[in-house]
Amino acid sequence: MKKFYEQLTDKQPWNGLFMGNHAVARAMLEAGVKVITSYPGSPTPEIAEALNSVPQEMRDYHFEWATNEKVATEIAFGSSINGNLSTVFFKSVGLNVASDSFVQLGLMNLTGGLVIILGDDPGANSSQNEQDNRHFARMSYIPVMEPATPAEAYQMFLEAAKLSKQHQMPIILRLTTHVCHAKELIKFGSVGESKGFRADFDAKNGPYLPITRAVFPLKKKAMEKLDLLKKVSEKSPFNKIYSPFGSGDINGKKLGIISSSMPALSIMENLDKAGKSVDLLQINFSYPMPEEMISDYLKGRDEVLIIEELDRIMEYEIKSLAFDRNIKCRILTRGTHEEIMGELTSERTWDILSGHWPQVFEINIDPVHEPFANPRIAQMCPGCGHRSAFHAIKQALPEGTITVGDIGCHSLGFFEPYNMGEMLLSMGHSNGTAAGLTIGNERRKVLAFIGDSTFFHAGLPAIINAVLYDHDFTLVVMENNTTAMTGHQPHAGTGEIGEKISIDKVLESFGVKFIRRIDTYQQKKLAEYIKESLDHKGFSVVIASHPCMLKFMKQQRRKEGFVQKHVEIDQNKCERHLTCIEKFGCPSFKKNDDGSITVNEDLCIGDGSCRPTCPVSAIDFKKEAE
Amino acid sequence: MKDLNIYMCGVGGQGIGLLAEVLLRACHKAGYDVKGVDTHGLAQRGGTVISHLRIGKKIHTPLIPSGKANIVIALERLEAARAASEMLAEGGKVIYYDAEYQTIGNRLGKFKYPTHEELENTANAKKGEAVRVFEEDLADPRMQNIVLIKKIIELEWISGVDIEKVSEALVELMQGKMLEKNLNLLKV
Repeated sequence: MKKFYEQLTDKQPWNGLFMGNHAVARAMLEAGVKVITSYPGSPTPEIAEALNSVPQEMRDYHFEWATNEKVATEIAFGSSINGNLSTVFFKSVGLNVASDSFVQLGLMNLTGGLVIILGDDPGANSSQNEQDNRHFARMSYIPVMEPATPAEAYQMFLEAAKLSKQHQMPIILRLTTHVCHAKELIKFGSVGESKGFRADFDAKNGPYLPITRAVFPLKKKAMEKLDLLKKVSEKSPFNKIYSPFGSGDINGKKLGIISSSMPALSIMENLDKAGKSVDLLQINFSYPMPEEMISDYLKGRDEVLIIEELDRIMEYEIKSLAFDRNIKCRILTRGTHEEIMGELTSERTWDILSGHWPQVFEINIDPVHEPFANPRIAQMCPGCGHRSAFHAIKQALPEGTITVGDIGCHSLGFFEPYNMGEMLLSMGHSNGTAAGLTIGNERRKVLAFIGDSTFFHAGLPAIINAVLYDHDFTLVVMENNTTAMTGHQPHAGTGEIGEKISIDKVLESFGVKFIRRIDTYQQKKLAEYIKESLDHKGFSVVIASHPCMLKFMKQQRRKEGFVQKHVEIDQNKCERHLTCIEKFGCPSFKKNDDGSITVNEDLCIGDGSCRPTCPVSAIDFKKEAE
Repeated sequence: MKDLNIYMCGVGGQGIGLLAEVLLRACHKAGYDVKGVDTHGLAQRGGTVISHLRIGKKIHTPLIPSGKANIVIALERLEAARAASEMLAEGGKVIYYDAEYQTIGNRLGKFKYPTHEELENTANAKKGEAVRVFEEDLADPRMQNIVLIKKIIELEWISGVDIEKVSEALVELMQGKMLEKNLNLLKV
């Protein structure tokens, strides 16, 4: 059996069970992509996991975790105008960060080609919204391909890379969460000989400076390129009709459905199940829209229902097309706000279909499966340094303190029992938001959190601003020496990429007057620092640090002779104050029916961070049997 | 064989990812057309983690519709109960490893943690069954997933998925001591 990276880099064609994200990485190697950049974010980080599995000396591509998505986009742009086929990938909301540079890409002659992979997240599985990035494509004159399956993601990447090189324009490959993470058997092609990096930039290939009136010829060219791509989407094999029972009449009417990507798969299942002669036009090369293909489809049917996931984009474009061309087909659409939200699974699309055509898709009389009460929301891991930090900080805060959250594992501090970090916009918003909360506010203290990866990603401008105006709040840097939530990627402060950039020194150099650093397991000292920092008039920072224990334990378990430690509760000492479960809230504690508290040894990692929280010191390390 | 929907669940960190990957590969080796999808990202931090595996010639989407899982494989009792009530199909079967990971709601007394009988009742109400698996002296809790797979092989719930196919899958996915331990556990 070949190792994963050997499969990934195999020069010969082969078939394998691959995840969408890994399949896209294989496609990059087959297409000869030279430069790939990203910033970690679900649902896409496994693309990097694949690329990084290849030993450095075997790579003929350069992969880089950039400081943020905008930097990643700019690196990909720079390498593309030097003649290298490039790719940048990140999650849905990553595009917001990248957007200032991203929106210009369509205007540029990208001589090497550039594919942008977006991981949209319908259902907001791991995001702060479920934004539909198809809007951005229209704003930026950039074509969009939307694969429905891992196999199609692989094929579409190859097609996107080819078109991008040929027309020297950016192309978006828009994946969604369950396309990224789906697995199936994929037929891979061969990997060609490496071509080497190029350094061919020439301003004559541009111009590359869109200032004032110079914008217009570039904008015109971008639109002309889109016109060319429209001809490609008209003939694309990714746009096709699915008709398992033909395309006949039902009660004298011809019915059709238009959809795209993964929701189209849900509809296919429903068509198979319904067994009637309704068909489906699946538009996966979705922008520019294949107008002729869609007009023909509409003209051949009496009623067409448009079902797309998230916003009404295809719907408005198809309606305006039908209006302009005076097509008589009756166009039906999703109705309620609920149908604009979340993933369109097969049961949800069935309900939409039966709402319009109950004679074809019988109204679902299956029992409704009520969500099971007793939710299990994500929580910090046993031993997580953030838990100790939240526990200590909560006790140190004066009544009425406003706490500002940010993105990272510490966002989980908002949930019970800590309820800290009461608002969240985006990566690095906390310092700006906190500053706003202090203005004209003499009454309530303000405390903001930020993670260490986020500190470098988007935190710096607002921190500089807070220093300049000496905004009166405390920033707590929740440092865990990794980008934990997305799977332990390195960042500028970890020392895994280049030399570690010290957060302390960065803050000092900005002129921050109050800086304290403390390991979060030292809860008492941390609480003192928090009190002190809140008393400090003006901007203050406490770096609350502890290495990510999930990462740490993974490393420990691999070591020879590793013995798992645990804590235990002395039942003779325990007075059932319940601080350990109700306030500290480590998931390793179990509350028994008789009211006693015990330790779940499957979960406990023996870190002992819970020990200082017990008012009667009933928790201690267990003496493990030899 | 008829189409089969296998829904796997547990708590982040329990090894659902490996369980799902082993079964996906073993089913593929047994000659089935397979599609699967896992949870990644945020929920992996102690939340409910799920994985879908669908077997059949005419499967389009990897996601199992609610109430259509023929087999539920759970690594934890509460998650087994959740899946039995939300995902289990009429006549479906639940197998679960009897680990008990309380939610914050359980610890704060807002919700009751389900018993085996309650879980069984949910399955029975759908004309299905629930099988409890627990191994008293299992050295490493991270091997609970293999204990479950072993039981599924014994029960022959997925025709053609045997020790040989599962072992082959394990060999592809791990190495060294961990592989050795898991293979031994499978064969005992």
